[in-house]
Amino acid sequence: MNRRTLITTAAAIAVASLSATLPARAQDEPLKVGFIYVGPVGDGGWTYQHDLGRQAVEEEYGDRVETTYIENVPEGADAERAITQLALAGNKLIFTTSFGFMDPTINVAQKFPDVKFEHATGYKRADNVATYDARFYEGRAVMGTIAGHMTKSNKIGYIGSFPIPEVVQGINSSFIHARKVNPDVEMRVVWAYTWFDPAKESDAAAALLAEGVDVILQHTDSTAPMAKMQESGAIGFGQASDMAAFKPTPRVSSIIDNWAPYYIERVGQVLDGTWTAEGVWLGIGDGEVEIGEITEAVPAEVKAEAEALADSIAKGEYHPFTGPLNKADGSAWLAEGEAASDEDLSAMNFFVEGITAELPQ
Amino acid sequence: MIDATTFLLLLSAATPILLAALGEMIVERAGVLNLGVEGLMITGALAGFAGAHATGSPATGFLTAAVAGAALAMLFAGLTQYLMTNQVATGLALTLFGLGLTAMFGRPYEGVKAPQMPGGPLGVNPVIWLGLLLVPLIWLFLNRTRAGLILRGVGENHDAAHALGYKVRAIRVAAISTGGALAGLGGAYVSLATVLQWTEGMTAGAGWIALAIVVFAGWNPWGVLAGAWLFGGVTVLQLRLQAAGSAVPIHILSMAPYVATILVLVLISARQKYARSGGAGGPGSLGKPFHAIR
Repeated sequence: MNRRTLITTAAAIAVASLSATLPARAQDEPLKVGFIYVGPVGDGGWTYQHDLGRQAVEEEYGDRVETTYIENVPEGADAERAITQLALAGNKLIFTTSFGFMDPTINVAQKFPDVKFEHATGYKRADNVATYDARFYEGRAVMGTIAGHMTKSNKIGYIGSFPIPEVVQGINSSFIHARKVNPDVEMRVVWAYTWFDPAKESDAAAALLAEGVDVILQHTDSTAPMAKMQESGAIGFGQASDMAAFKPTPRVSSIIDNWAPYYIERVGQVLDGTWTAEGVWLGIGDGEVEIGEITEAVPAEVKAEAEALADSIAKGEYHPFTGPLNKADGSAWLAEGEAASDEDLSAMNFFVEGITAELPQ
Repeated sequence: MIDATTFLLLLSAATPILLAALGEMIVERAGVLNLGVEGLMITGALAGFAGAHATGSPATGFLTAAVAGAALAMLFAGLTQYLMTNQVATGLALTLFGLGLTAMFGRPYEGVKAPQMPGGPLGVNPVIWLGLLLVPLIWLFLNRTRAGLILRGVGENHDAAHALGYKVRAIRVAAISTGGALAGLGGAYVSLATVLQWTEGMTAGAGWIALAIVVFAGWNPWGVLAGAWLFGGVTVLQLRLQAAGSAVPIHILSMAPYVATILVLVLISARQKYARSGGAGGPGSLGKPFHAIR
């Protein structure tokens, strides 16, 4: 599919360079919207959800838009080539959907000032580059609460992708809330250094299970760890997508990224000319982060507690990072009752007190 | 840190690359460089999964994977041995072809679960045993049988082998399809025993590691075993060390097998310098096209 898309794009470039010499007929042509994916659309997780968002855009605007995507784009220098291809092919709005596309997006955006870019989960913006992100840590707080109640060995595992703020927030948030309901909880962290490598993710899950971990949170995109958990009777949570195939166990709940409303809104703004480059960070309250059904494997009172927590976060009554909280090195971070600022969170590069694992810098 | 659990995880992580690398070693000993291992593995992963899913039997799945791997390898054999295409380009094309083909045909299998593998002797997956058993068998075949000697002869100097009346192309085609079958088995191990499901691109570069191991091993089955354990062991060990919460420089650990490969390459070329015909490097006719001289 990947290569096929590349070939189509190459053909589109040829067409685009031909038509560049002709006068533009803005009204007749649909708005071209491009997407860059880090994994395959069939990953059942992160990229799958972004592609659902893309399909929702097509459904919403019909003939007024034309969407294309390039999947399996590696983070780093090669991403720049892929983004440039989409820009050359005449896409006027391009979504780059992984943290590692940040610098490539900024670089390409400089060369195409009349193309609008939207980068997911990053923090660098420009006049034609907006950023958007979801407050996954809000969902992690709910998962952490369930994990703290459900673990029998008091060891919770976390499969991290890369040590970047988005993932560190997730580890801290789930640990804080697991410990809140179970003071004996320990957190084991394994960095897989990949977003998508089923075999490696599976090995990471196996390594955690061998350490006696019985609840695993994953921050990688495939369902491979789920299959491993199922084999050994551990439980876990759907990541990015519902991963409903693994209900009722090992998947006892999930964090679902719902990008569709945001994509529809932003494409609409480009169509009516009101688009501006801004940075948004939406959470449970905005419907961008959803908590998947909590299955019957979780006792009713735990389920009720988790749902109550999700509600209070959604209403803005509770912030998952509320003091008193110390950093892992013992230094003070948040005072009693103080909530973390967005700036603090988007640059988070430390574990909170109680996590013994080292954070690779 | 090396306890029984870690060793079992190591065996499991090493098996796909061991099988694929053994296959590629046979192909290279016959004088053919097949860079399509990754494509053969991913094809095996999908075919194995589909076979096991359709019949409910993982054994049938592995058989399907071997057949599919061999069939795709035959395409490579036909192109390179009879139509005389460039081996490097054809191999790379085979990888791209395999990845694309499986992405297309794999769609219906996304999110489907694999049937459970039965435990083998000592609770170890039978395919792990198969991989371990193949190491001495292939060594015996190459070094202690007449057929193995002929295969090596074809790889070292195809003109001489041809002059002696051996059917160079037929022998190479047989080697290529054997290699394809083994790569297919390795791929099926990933989908049926490690990950237990099908995901597009799931072999994630294992085929390239297998290619590196063949060089690392100096084209010797025992070296292949050592290489597969080194690569598999480092993967497992660094994950286990992390899970145990010890602060290890995992980047250095992850780098180790690649550094070792480069070191071995340097050693090989240094040895060749001193003993020109030592045979410590690759087979003499490796990657060269064969035209029968009449």
